[in-house]
Order: sequence, then C-alpha cells, then structure tokens
Amino acid sequence: MISTNRWRIIMAILLLANICLFFVNLLIGERNIPFDKAFQILLGLANTGYEFTMLKLRLPRALVAALVGSGLALSGVILQAITRNPLASPSILGLNAGAAAAVVAILVLIPAVPSSLLPPVAFGGALVVAFLIYALSWRKGSSPIRLMLVGIGISAMANAVIAYLLTVSDIVRVTQAAIWMAGSLYGRGWEHFWPLLPWFMVLFPVAYFLARHLDLFQLGDPLAIGLGIHLERTRGLLILISVAIAGASVSAAGTIGFVGLMAPHMSRHLVGNTSARLLPVAALTGSLLVLSADAVGKILFPPYEIPVGIITAIIGAPYLFYLLVRQRK
Amino acid sequence: MLDALGVLILKRRLSGLVVLFVLVVLGFFANIVLGLSPIKLHVIFEAFTSFDGSREHLIVRSVRLPRALIAVMVGCSLALAGGIMQALTRNSLAGPEIFGVNYGAALAAVSASFLLGTSSLSLFAWSSFIGAGVAGAAVFLIGSIGYDRLSSFKLVLAGATMNLLLASLTQGILILHQQSMDTMRFWMAGSLTGRDLELFVQMVPYMLIGLLFTILMSKNINVLSLGEEAAQGLGQRVLLTKSLLIGIIMLLAGSAVAIAGPIGFIGLTVPHIARFWVGADYRWILPYSALLGALLLLLSDVGARFVLPSREIPVGVVTAFLGAPFLIYLVQRKGGAV
Repeated sequence: MISTNRWRIIMAILLLANICLFFVNLLIGERNIPFDKAFQILLGLANTGYEFTMLKLRLPRALVAALVGSGLALSGVILQAITRNPLASPSILGLNAGAAAAVVAILVLIPAVPSSLLPPVAFGGALVVAFLIYALSWRKGSSPIRLMLVGIGISAMANAVIAYLLTVSDIVRVTQAAIWMAGSLYGRGWEHFWPLLPWFMVLFPVAYFLARHLDLFQLGDPLAIGLGIHLERTRGLLILISVAIAGASVSAAGTIGFVGLMAPHMSRHLVGNTSARLLPVAALTGSLLVLSADAVGKILFPPYEIPVGIITAIIGAPYLFYLLVRQRK
Repeated sequence: MLDALGVLILKRRLSGLVVLFVLVVLGFFANIVLGLSPIKLHVIFEAFTSFDGSREHLIVRSVRLPRALIAVMVGCSLALAGGIMQALTRNSLAGPEIFGVNYGAALAAVSASFLLGTSSLSLFAWSSFIGAGVAGAAVFLIGSIGYDRLSSFKLVLAGATMNLLLASLTQGILILHQQSMDTMRFWMAGSLTGRDLELFVQMVPYMLIGLLFTILMSKNINVLSLGEEAAQGLGQRVLLTKSLLIGIIMLLAGSAVAIAGPIGFIGLTVPHIARFWVGADYRWILPYSALLGALLLLLSDVGARFVLPSREIPVGVVTAFLGAPFLIYLVQRKGGAV
C-alpha cells in the first residue's frame, strides 16, 4: 500500500511520459517533422506542408496506439484479478487465438481481401471464441479454473488451425498474416480510430466503477459471496467488459501479446493491488508501452517498420526482469 | 494404513495404468502398420528376424519404427515436463513452454539456419536443444536472484516474459527474412515427418536421464506440489529440489522440441487430463501423464497421415484437435472437482 501522494506523483509522471511519447510519435516516421513546424500545426498557425502526414496519418495512429495499449492492460488487470492467476491475460479467454484464426483464415483463403475488412473479422473471431469458452465452461455457474482449462483447449485448437493454414498457403500471404499476428499499427488511420472510441468511452468508466468488486474477487469465491457481491453476475459482467475491450484492441492492432500479460504486473509493482488505483496506472502503462514501442519500431530499421507487438516485448521484458530481480517483500 | 476403500482405489489406479500401457502398445503397432502403404503385422517382426531388403522391410526399419519410437518418447517427455512444471509452480496455466523452451529452441533454430544458410533436421535439432537450454538457464538465473528465490510466482513470470521476448525476436527475424519463414513454418507447427533413427539415438539419452530422475524424485515432486511450507516441514531442501526439477524439465522438453519441433498442447494439457482421473497425487499423475502423452502423440501421428488424402499435416495440428475436445468433455463432466 502506498500513500495517496505517491500515487498522484506516479500518475503524473506516467501521464507526462505518455504525452511526450505521443508527441514523439507525431514527429517521427518515414519523413521526420521538425519540432517547430509540428508546434505550428498543432496551434493551427501556419501552412507548413506537413499537415497531411501529421494530422491524417500520424495522429490517428498514435491515438489507436494509446487506446489499444490501455485497453489490453485494463483487460489483463481484470482477468488476473478474476482468475487469481498471474499468468492470465486476454489470451486465456481465447481472444488472441480466435481473432488470429479468423484473420489468418480470411487472409489465406480469400485472396485480395480488402484490409478494411480485417478489424471486423478479428472482432468477430474473438467474440465467437470467447463466447464458446464461456458457454462450454458453464456448469451450474462459471468458475475460474474451468474457464482457464476450456480456454486452453479452445485456444489450442484455434492455434492448430493457424499453424495448419500457415503451412499450406502462399509465403507472401503467410508473411502478411505473421505481421498481423505480431501486432502492427502500420497504416492505422482515423477509420480505425473512430470505431474503437465508443467501446472505450463506455467500458473504461464501467470498469473503473466495478473496481471495488475486483478487489473482493482476490479474496476467493466464498469470501467474495459472503461480502455480498453477486458473484456470477459481477464475474460475467467483468469478463464481458474485458472481452469487449481486448477484442476491440486486437481488432485494431492485431495480437499484441505482451501488454495484456505484463503491463498489469508492472503497474502492480508501482502502486500495489488496490484496483481503484491500479486500473488507471495500468491503462497509462499499457499505452506508454505501445506508444514507445511504435516509436522504436519506426526508428530502428528505416525504411522498414518493425511491428509494434515485437518491440513491446523487447523493451518491456528487461524492465520486468529488473523488477523481478529487485523485488522485495 | 490401507483400509478397504484405499485398496479399491489403489487397484483401480493400477488397473487404469495397465490399460493405458496396453493402449500405448496397441497405438505403437497401429502407428507402424497404418500409413499410405499399409504394412502387415507379421512383416514388422520379419523385418528384424529375417530381413531381406524388400521395400516393406526397409520402410519398417528406417521410417515407421523410428517414427513410432519418437512419438512415444516425445509424447511421454512433453507430458512429464508439463506435469513437473505444474507441480513446481502450482499454476494450472504453466506448461514447459513457460520456461521459454519452445521459443528458445525456435530462435536458435531460426538463427542457425539464417546464419549458416542450411536447414537440415540435425542442425535444427542441436541448435534448438541448445537454445532451449540457454533460455531455461536464463529463466532459472533470473528466478534465483534476489528475494523470494525460485518462488512459483517469480518463476512463472520470469518464464512467461522470457517466452514472449524470445517469441518476439523469432517473429522479427521471420517477418524480415521471408526465406527463413518458408523453412521454419513447417518446423514451428511440430512434426514427426522425416525424423530418423540417428536423430532419435542422439536425443534419447537426455530423455531417458530426465525420465529416470523423474521416477527418482516423484515423491519430492508430490510433496512440493502441496506447497513450500509443507515441503519444508517435511524436511525437504526446497531450493535444491526445485533446481533439480528445473533441470529435468529442461532435459525432457528440450530434447522433445529438438526432435519434433514445438508440439503444443501435450505438455500443458495432458497433466490436466491425468488429474481428472487420479486426483492431486503426483505419484499417480506423472505415470498417467507419461502414458497419455505417448498415446496422444502416437494416435495424432496416425491421424496426421489420414486427415487429408493427398498430403500429411503436421502432427502438432492434430494433437490439439484430438486432445482438446476430450479435455473440455472432462471439464464439463467433472469440472467441480478440480
């Protein structure tokens, strides 16, 4: 447990870091925009010739990055609390596997599929698989352990489908699918941002409102019931929220594995377990991870872009190792 | 002290073990006999008693028999590694891949074929064996520095992070280098095709050592699965036990991945299936897992030859489709008892 003051300082630092990186993401890319020009555009002062790049290409992409990162992190916090398992993440609900299987199938089986079709397909795949897992693990109520086991089973089948499709199809398509599965923000624009926004506008406040229940879940099912929460209803609602947030995120940016699993742990190291404090910190940590990964991915090997999902793990893992080694009771 | 009920349970578990063993033997012969060119049962024995160099005898000796042996050992090793992993971490989401074994192996194999420009199975095997070992050792190191040494929380987190990190690096190479992607996508799906006796003989000592140590330590594994306090209370040197177990997992999973590539599902889920049968006692879970793992891979390998008439599909694809429905059925029927 940390003091409220320290929490505020951590929040302020994270927020500031997010803003800085957001701005960096607007500046850098195939063609770097000078700092002063960018400032003029933001203030609407002068016509600098960079407007299109900055406002039509980079601004929506950075916004998508921030939303996706915070969404995956929030979803991870909720799922780890519900299952009381530090290895839980959106992928245990089959979200990643479901979305990826749907997208890979479309990419491989239907040549010349427009890329604008991929987000709804991914969202659909994620929802179908998540629903299957929830339904198949229902037995006079849900239970975290059944949910996890069925999740493992269904995800394994979806992954098997992916592995098979990857071995039989044309190598160009395979690479395309691999980039999507690695999680990429390449070419994400306003048309990706606007469908994403309503989910987040609605679900973030609801998740925050339910934070108190999240803490009770960590005490175990019987105690949580004893303390007066409607276990099934709350758990179902929370799962629904995390499915929707993570599903929307995955549909926009592909399957970024690291953020949903690890951002919650990083945030917990920073501010402890109390959900009302943890959720906002996790959202900021997740968005910071994705924003910085996207910036690094653009800088590393120009003109090639490294998919953001690959970089999140490469910059996030050392920090997590450091936390683990340094950890004290 | 055994009461009547205890004797009954013991008998049931023992007979279950015998039944499973018989099924594995049947699966073994089915794996040799069934295929695009079917072999008659007596030909298997003739291939050894009176070898005449005929095509059928050659197929048995150089293709089918090695493959069936590999399926048995790989399935058994993966399932055992998974079982030990879950006992060690007391986490039902933990499989051998949590130690970064699969992607450590994949990254090493990709790098080796990328740098050396060749893609022979034996190169894949040795580089992935070493890669898996290095990844596991790194997780072990990170887990054993600082406070709370080798706690299950620390191990699973360090391992999962390592796995994601290595997966990212592997994906990075594959995306940037299409030719690597082309060779690796088959290896990554997990397959027994084209593995010969030579490869098997190179890797089998590590599996046997792992198996032997698993048997020797099954009591320690069981005690450890009850929790650290219990294990300490019963006089175990917990850190030493854990270190040894991690070594065993690396031997079993590393050699399995080296031969067959990262076959999913078996390590993570077969121990759960065994648990539905025999409860929480790892002295029973482990032998059941070993036999179930071998059986699953034998049958999946047969299935892989017949699902599509024209071509063989990677066995790693079939394991999930044979095993997962069964797991889900068990969860639904006995779910409350986990």
